[in-house]
Amino acid sequence: MPLITYREAIRHALAEELERDANVVVMGEEVAQFNGAYKVTEGLLARFGPKRIVDTPISEAGFIGMGIGASMLGIRPVMELMFWSFYSVAFDQILNNAANVRYMSGGKINCPIVVRGPANGGTNVGATHSHTPENVLANHPGVKVVVPATAADAKGLLKSAIRDNDPVFFLENTLLYGEKGEVPEGEHVVPLGKADVKREGTDLTIVTYGRSVLHSLKAAEVLEKEHDLSVEIVDLRSIRPLDIDTVLKSVAKTHRVLIVEEQKPFASVGSQLSDMIQRMAFDELDGPIHRLSTVDAPAIYSPPVETEQLPNPQRVLKAALAAVK
Amino acid sequence: MSKKPTATADKKADAGTTPASAPINAQLTKEQRIELYRQMVRIRRFEERSLRAYQAKKIGGFLHLYIGQEAVAVGCCSLMGKNDHVITAYRDHGHAIAVGMDTKPLMAELYGKVTGCSKGKGGSMHYFEPSMNFWGGHGIVGGQIPLGTGLAYALKYQGLKGAAMAFMGDGAVNQGAVHEAYNLAALWDLPVIFVIENNRYSMGTSQERSSAGPGLAQRAEAYGMEWATCDGHDVYAVRATMDKFLTRAREQSKPAVVEIDTYRYRGHSVADPDKTYRDKAEIEEYQRTKDPITLFQRTLVDEGVLNDALIEQIDTEARAEADAAADFSEASPYPTVEDIQKDVYWEVDHADKRTSEGRLFFDN
Repeated sequence: MPLITYREAIRHALAEELERDANVVVMGEEVAQFNGAYKVTEGLLARFGPKRIVDTPISEAGFIGMGIGASMLGIRPVMELMFWSFYSVAFDQILNNAANVRYMSGGKINCPIVVRGPANGGTNVGATHSHTPENVLANHPGVKVVVPATAADAKGLLKSAIRDNDPVFFLENTLLYGEKGEVPEGEHVVPLGKADVKREGTDLTIVTYGRSVLHSLKAAEVLEKEHDLSVEIVDLRSIRPLDIDTVLKSVAKTHRVLIVEEQKPFASVGSQLSDMIQRMAFDELDGPIHRLSTVDAPAIYSPPVETEQLPNPQRVLKAALAAVK
Repeated sequence: MSKKPTATADKKADAGTTPASAPINAQLTKEQRIELYRQMVRIRRFEERSLRAYQAKKIGGFLHLYIGQEAVAVGCCSLMGKNDHVITAYRDHGHAIAVGMDTKPLMAELYGKVTGCSKGKGGSMHYFEPSMNFWGGHGIVGGQIPLGTGLAYALKYQGLKGAAMAFMGDGAVNQGAVHEAYNLAALWDLPVIFVIENNRYSMGTSQERSSAGPGLAQRAEAYGMEWATCDGHDVYAVRATMDKFLTRAREQSKPAVVEIDTYRYRGHSVADPDKTYRDKAEIEEYQRTKDPITLFQRTLVDEGVLNDALIEQIDTEARAEADAAADFSEASPYPTVEDIQKDVYWEVDHADKRTSEGRLFFDN
């Protein structure tokens, strides 16, 4: 299998879907002429032309709302948010209009839109640019939320997202764009709502997603070598729909759970998971569910300290040891 | 009333002509004129009947009545062709009737019944009928304007000769989303007409107390868009003005802002005390001198199109229709608790076509 970057994997998914369906349009700030603020859309303008690859002004409420309106009439817009952090200025469009229009119309209207872009901390850009809104988004019935960790998943999930008839919010990570991974050639589609066991183990289940998967994998190696602990890593990949069955299956095997997420701890994806696991697998648990989140404060700028605010292999290691005590 | 600046639309071109003699109106048959009148009467009787139902506690939430503004929706929607689309805010009953929706499911929606146009899931503010090119019915002030711009974007993308009419009240013009939509529409030459239904009050705040600058539609100039103002008490005037901009949008894919002067007799919603921000005398003055139904009735009597018997008949039929809609609603069942989770996801409602896996709902 070819080794390509996460960025290229997303680009390939976009190109293949643009090729497949004439109603797919890629839109966002700097996606065309500038080749993408993070070069995800590099080369697409040259290949598909300005009707399909559209630069928008810095006007998130306007252009995302416009995309939602266009999707109601059958266009399939893939909107890039330069940062997911900017969703706050388009909140009404995303979470009132896209999330609710099918419901409020009694099922008469579909909204097949994809909103994608990076949602992560760790790049020293301060609190305004470091939001991880997957919990906020997933709190709205009507939407789907996806957070891929690897190049293969990014490609396969984005293709599914673009073909989906419900609004899908696709959360990438600037620190993953350069990460390489093996991606199957040809048609590679990963269904939404299917978790992936990224490493098998018997002593502890780490439930995680996004970049935290990579940290957890690194920590798992050390735990194996230095602590003789066998860690299973469940990558959720998709937050809503949620593959709770794969999580529960792993819990039934290891009986210990650590949830790792790049979220603030209050009412996070991890809190939802904790509730579900304790309720659905109470008898399987040999100890309380542990959680490792971003240290509960706005994202700090100071570069070396921000690394410590977020999950990292060292913090995962420590939390894992606490979880198996 | 605020003083109105001169519109970019050339008023001189209309000098010497009246709205009635504009070609779009001059060509109307007798039957079509009666139909315009009938639509307005049907809207008013529907609204009056829904008010009675509200007062009888049959209807929950808000009820924003369109009484007094009928000529706007009827005039605009009477111009719709196959590829023309409409989206509006929460004062949406008039537009829904004007695009041709049946009043039974409209009333049933107010009653929260499963036979409602949104199966009792949307309520008064959220009527939709995509099969009639009617895209709502939106509750957040100004939030529908980017969507309307998107309808126009889709038309242009698909190479269709059509236009979108994105309606808003005078209170919406200060929302950021409206200005973002203006910019996109002008930047990309999208076939959208932004229609400001200026009924003078954004809830209880008058234009003078809420909106800076000489006029609401004139703000279009900042975006290089054409604009005009228009008398919304005269259905012929609404049609004459809108026809010009709709034709231009369809033929040349150009946006515009049209501000239509109108007036609502009832409060912002029925819950509105309606005594704090305007006099009763003001309302009565409008009713006496500018009522769109009375004015059009006189016009059509003068034209020899209407007579007393026909006026009486239209009114009786409209009242009967509104009563029948209320009876239908009364007799209809409510949605069930099981219905709460339908129409949330396309995939759940088309389970045989589902491609995703995993849980979509999170009840214990």
